[in-house]
Amino acid sequence: MIRKFIHLHSLREWLFIFTILAIATVLLPLFNILVPEESVLHVPNYMFALMGKYLCYALVALAIDLIWGYTGILSLGHGVFFSAGGYAMGMYLMRSVGKEGVYKSDLPDFMVFLDWKELPWYWYGFDSFIFTLLVILILPALFAFTFGYFAFKSRIKGVYFAIITQAMTFALMLLFFRNETGFGGNNGLTDFKRILGYSLQEPSTKMSLYIITAIILFLSYILSRYVVQSKLGRVLTAIRDAESRVMFSGYNTVHYKLFIWTLSAFLCGIAGALYVPQVGIINPSEMQPSNSIEMAIWVAVGGRGTLSGALVGAGLVNGAKSWFTVAAPDYWLYFLGTLFIVVTLYFPKGFTGIFARFNSKEKSKEST
Amino acid sequence: MTGVHIKDDSIDTTHGCILYLEEVTVSFDGFKALNDLNLYIDDGELRCIIGPNGAGKTTMMDVITGKTRPDYGTVFFGQNHDLTKMTEYEISHAGIGRKFQKPTVFLNHTVFENLELALHTQKDVWQSLTQSLTGEQRDIIDEDMETIGLKEQKYLRAGLLSHGQKQWLEIGMLLVQDPRLLLIDEPVAGMTHQETEHTAELLKSLAGKHSIVVVEHEMDFIRSIANRVTVLHEGHVLADGKMEDVQNDPKVIEVYLGS
Amino acid sequence: MKQTCLLIKSRKSKTTIRGCKVIVQLFGVFVFLIVGIFSFSIAEANDFESSIKDLGNKSRSKIKLAVKRLGNIGNPAALPALEALKDNHLQISSDGSLIILNESEDQGRYALSGNPVDLSSLTLHKPRINNSVRRVLSMAIGKLKLTSDSPQVRLQAAGQLLKMPSTDLVELVEKTLDREDNDEVRKIFILVLAKEGLKSDDKNRRLKSLNIINEFGNNDFKTDLEALLEKDDTGNFLEGDSEIRDHAAKAISTIENRQFFINQAANLFYGLSLGSILLLAALGLAITFGLMGIINMAHGEMLMLGAYATFLVQNLFREYLPGIFDWYLVIAIPISFIVSAIIGIILERTIIRHLYGRPLETLLATWGISLILIQSVRLLFGAQNVKVANPSYLSGGIEVFHGVVLPYNRIAIIMFVVFVVISIWMLLQKTSLGLQVRAVTQNREMASCMGISTHKIDMYTFGLGSGVAGLGGLALSQIGNVGPELGQLYIVDSFMVVVTGGVGKIAGTVAGALGLGILNKFLEPVAGAVLGKIIVLILIVILIQKRPQGLFAPKGRMMDN
Repeated sequence: MIRKFIHLHSLREWLFIFTILAIATVLLPLFNILVPEESVLHVPNYMFALMGKYLCYALVALAIDLIWGYTGILSLGHGVFFSAGGYAMGMYLMRSVGKEGVYKSDLPDFMVFLDWKELPWYWYGFDSFIFTLLVILILPALFAFTFGYFAFKSRIKGVYFAIITQAMTFALMLLFFRNETGFGGNNGLTDFKRILGYSLQEPSTKMSLYIITAIILFLSYILSRYVVQSKLGRVLTAIRDAESRVMFSGYNTVHYKLFIWTLSAFLCGIAGALYVPQVGIINPSEMQPSNSIEMAIWVAVGGRGTLSGALVGAGLVNGAKSWFTVAAPDYWLYFLGTLFIVVTLYFPKGFTGIFARFNSKEKSKEST
Repeated sequence: MTGVHIKDDSIDTTHGCILYLEEVTVSFDGFKALNDLNLYIDDGELRCIIGPNGAGKTTMMDVITGKTRPDYGTVFFGQNHDLTKMTEYEISHAGIGRKFQKPTVFLNHTVFENLELALHTQKDVWQSLTQSLTGEQRDIIDEDMETIGLKEQKYLRAGLLSHGQKQWLEIGMLLVQDPRLLLIDEPVAGMTHQETEHTAELLKSLAGKHSIVVVEHEMDFIRSIANRVTVLHEGHVLADGKMEDVQNDPKVIEVYLGS
Repeated sequence: MKQTCLLIKSRKSKTTIRGCKVIVQLFGVFVFLIVGIFSFSIAEANDFESSIKDLGNKSRSKIKLAVKRLGNIGNPAALPALEALKDNHLQISSDGSLIILNESEDQGRYALSGNPVDLSSLTLHKPRINNSVRRVLSMAIGKLKLTSDSPQVRLQAAGQLLKMPSTDLVELVEKTLDREDNDEVRKIFILVLAKEGLKSDDKNRRLKSLNIINEFGNNDFKTDLEALLEKDDTGNFLEGDSEIRDHAAKAISTIENRQFFINQAANLFYGLSLGSILLLAALGLAITFGLMGIINMAHGEMLMLGAYATFLVQNLFREYLPGIFDWYLVIAIPISFIVSAIIGIILERTIIRHLYGRPLETLLATWGISLILIQSVRLLFGAQNVKVANPSYLSGGIEVFHGVVLPYNRIAIIMFVVFVVISIWMLLQKTSLGLQVRAVTQNREMASCMGISTHKIDMYTFGLGSGVAGLGGLALSQIGNVGPELGQLYIVDSFMVVVTGGVGKIAGTVAGALGLGILNKFLEPVAGAVLGKIIVLILIVILIQKRPQGLFAPKGRMMDN
């Protein structure tokens, strides 16, 4: 089994991956702690929350690449799984605020505001981190499994699947916008104080969360790499390219699609759960249809069906977003819109496609 | 829908027939693609099916492989598999392989991977995730590549193969799937004369071990392989028998000249 | 008269003399009466004028007296002045004449003569009135209206009275009931009396009132009736008479039944209305997605552009042709179509054309287009909603049942969508262009072989779909806000409609839209607006699972590919 994992990459690739991991989880924190603040090399505290956020997005991109890049199923509803993980974590964080809210009540502030007298039943258990963890790991996957089971069994695919996932996220967004639903309405859950007893305001907590996110992303990447490198991965790509042939070859494609769909939702839920403590808020706007489509473009920009491309794409697009929102907020949507068009028209293989083309040209030059 | 009985490989052919189509009717939006079709294929037989465009040949294949459900009629594989109640992959597991009219292979996979995916083996999710090929299985694939003449192209992406090579690859995929019944839709379209001859030999060598149904337009090819020919017209059987008899049948001549 | 006198004289002279005397007396009375009436009416006219003038009096009690007098005189000419006084639009100029201002208080006219007055030259102040004056005012206005010559005014006043009964006016109603010749007004008068009758001490009168309410009453009576069934703290009925209670309970259930049917009828109308809006939003998509198979996520923005085109036309009319402002909507119809169609054609030629056969890529690229269009509109017109006014003929509505108002703009949209659907149907079925469109959408290669320029047809079809979306935007501008995000609100719904109805069939889209609209409106009262919408979405998802080809699309070999 371990040998199988080692064979996923060549030695050179492993070295590269571990170097990046070491830089991200060891070097950057060291540059924050050891290098004095006035130095150019000092990594400021705020960077960790920001990078943590990007890493969460990268995990989402990874999840979407599995289902879209490899299996050809475009989901426009991954915001739901992201939010499911996020809300579960948010509920735990809300409960650990205790009586330090504005109203000094045991209930979350928004419930006091709505004049609720006791905790709704579905909030039970979120005092416990272990319970929350289980919910984060199970709920998004379970929801995806149920939804996927019916969708794939009815052979909904392509555009139809994309549209009903969009309808799903739209419906849930409407549901969560309601105060009566019990998740804080359009304000969502926010004003968290601490996680596992550590204050969320502390730079050290933020840095720890960032390092945990980086490690989870790394593990998810290895898991995904293993999946796509296995025969199952080849079946998935075969489903993408010629599904009926796969069925006539004796594969129950419903099971395969369901597996990867559920795995994708599982990773996406974890990303949401890691996102919330680092960003400090979760609200229904995460379930806006536009958000889920934006996730797809991260993968498209990086390059579909490569895993690494998804990670790069998430970083590039979100880096650009951060820059635009500060420097030229009016033009961000122009940029994003143009990105959608240009990538689909001219760079169907995304950034990694350009890179690969460039690389192969170099190689052919060398060989001649 | 459940995958419990898919490994039931036993096909009951005690009456000599492997495939029964009885009173099969399929209509699309009022148009009857198949109209009271009755067809029986013997175990080990090599049968050719001809007919003008729109005679219902492809729809018949669709019905046998579970892609299209008949509005009326029964379709049995052996005497114990009701194909109208099975899904595509269950039918494939029961032992029916199909080659499409347009060669359908996995363009982004290598020749080897294409055959690996088609190989007769456990095909559930968990097996695919954890198992790798055994030496025995590799040998089967190598042998198969020899048969279809694609040994040189083992690591070539299927998308880069010529049209004829793709046809061969698809036939090769059928072979490693090891089915009892092969449905082959226009196998020699786009092949050179030599390739066609080669295909004819291959199919003849397969008959006996497997039952084969070939749909083809190419009359020379059919003459070279078939001993029994069925003519479809407007969704039902127009004529059936030896090639020479069928060719001289006035009804058949009228249909072909008329169209 | 003299002849009569002579005749009588010939018979009986004595009586003749006496008779003549009587006649003279009668004559005298007659003259007196004539003169009297004449002088009285002069006096009344004077009284009217002076009373009107008194409305501007400094003393509140004088104002009250004047108001009461005006009510008693019963001259409807007093109404404008009284209503203006009530609404604080009556002003007194420095020379003591009264002036009625219009709503926006920039024009005025004399209360007595009705002649316009130049406000700029006058210094004005308001008469001092308080709530006690207002009460008297309402009474007088009510009286004048109830005795008005126009049945409409009477009807309105009677309706008002039904909601806020006042004893004086009820008495007036009682007196005028017999003379009332308009059935509708009569009915309401009877109801007013019945409502008053409930409070009576006479049991028979109360029962009679209950029966009347049972027969004609609407929801507004429920509180009165329920009051009759209330219990005190110890659980005893406040109303002692069980017969009254029984009748009241019966009346309640009758009213509820009647109200139920009215509600269903109303739901049906509102459902049709919502359906027609959904249909307008989705029709363009039924062409671009349904016929061509292009997933145009910028479809919503085509709606939005149509709405903004309407907005621009409206502004041009307001600026340059205020006299025929109401016509702007008619002119906006072709313009909104053309604007959206041209932009659609540009998009098809430059971007979408390259993505045929790659639906998921089309989806993403057109989403990008939609972002750019939204942001462009936001930068051009601002992020805020803009106001598109209804032309005067689309403002207001008709009340078909009590409390059920059908707004004209919604009725117009229903008619408009009928017009658009028929036009599209004619275009597709009856013209050679339509024939070519159908040919290309059914079998591209074959059509191309037959000499049809498929590129051109693609362009036209996409242009048509976008243009129809533009018309949808025009319709949406008449019922709601117009803003850059307008299209985003409708994109999910539009896709749902097309998918539910079945791809490729305009008739399916029509049925899908109306079905969803009506379903939505019938669910709303049960589940609430948001939950209703969610339930509908879930139902659609289930439906797609069961019938991926939609409700109305035929099955066929094409479906698989």
